Amino acid sequence: MKARIKVTLKNGVLDPQGKAIEGALGSLGFSGVASVRQGKLFEVELAETDPAKAKAALEEMSKKLLANTVIENYAVELDEK
Amino acid sequence: MSIKSGVVVFPGSNRERDMLSALEKITGKKPAYIWHADTELPDLDLVVLCGGFSYGDYLRTGAIAARGHIMPAVAKAADKGVRILGICNGFQILCEAGLLPGVLMRNAGLKFVCKEVKLEVANADTDFTRKYKRGEVWRCPVAHGDGNYFADAETLKRLEGEGRVGLRYAEGTNPNGSQNDIAGILNERGNVFGMMPHPENMIEPLNGATDGRALFESIVEAVA
Repeated sequence: MKARIKVTLKNGVLDPQGKAIEGALGSLGFSGVASVRQGKLFEVELAETDPAKAKAALEEMSKKLLANTVIENYAVELDEK
Repeated sequence: MSIKSGVVVFPGSNRERDMLSALEKITGKKPAYIWHADTELPDLDLVVLCGGFSYGDYLRTGAIAARGHIMPAVAKAADKGVRILGICNGFQILCEAGLLPGVLMRNAGLKFVCKEVKLEVANADTDFTRKYKRGEVWRCPVAHGDGNYFADAETLKRLEGEGRVGLRYAEGTNPNGSQNDIAGILNERGNVFGMMPHPENMIEPLNGATDGRALFESIVEAVA
């Protein structure tokens, strides 16, 4: 079973990398970019076939390692095929 | 008076030799070299997590080392009241391990900063700063890309209110955008301290100054 975990910075957490990317887009001539926040995407392949169990395991992984919940949010997405 | 100290080394640590040398000079006793794959610590008064780039800073700085085999033993030692000092990557690891609050984010200027800064002693009533005077300003080098201390407003208020900010960048030398110019913080109990600058590189005249020595002497005095 395949899954994606999206990790993004919480609102209010300063994102200097996002700011730099925003500036670079501006200097490339892309106008109207109000703001850019950057994050991470993890693609995970699991042996687990039960979606509920897989989801629970991915939540644990996110909390324990993939995201630092002091500054980051995470969202788990399962490919249910 | 001599204390028993040890330095924890992870794959990618690179300041262990400086730290081992500084500890031996100051305590007069050979410190223990502790490998990350060990699961137990020797009997120590001070455990140091040194600087470097553990696991290549993959995922987040200190994130993977913080979940290493030795870390439950470090947490257990902290629980028992053993002094734990995290320098640079060691500070990042302590935050990721939850032994200190908050997190060290990418420097606000997005650049790796390697230079000398000024540190002000915000609280001289700690096991790590007692040989300094409150308000004293001293010289210390920094070398990091992720030293921008961040905690939520409530945590920050607690740290400030409880005197847990031990050191601040002084005289406009904040190199990373750290909130409230925070350079070093304590845990609630006061036996775990993390700081981004490198006092182990400021202990003998050859380093240009000996300003960092008092930090280690503070710990020696506190343990005695």
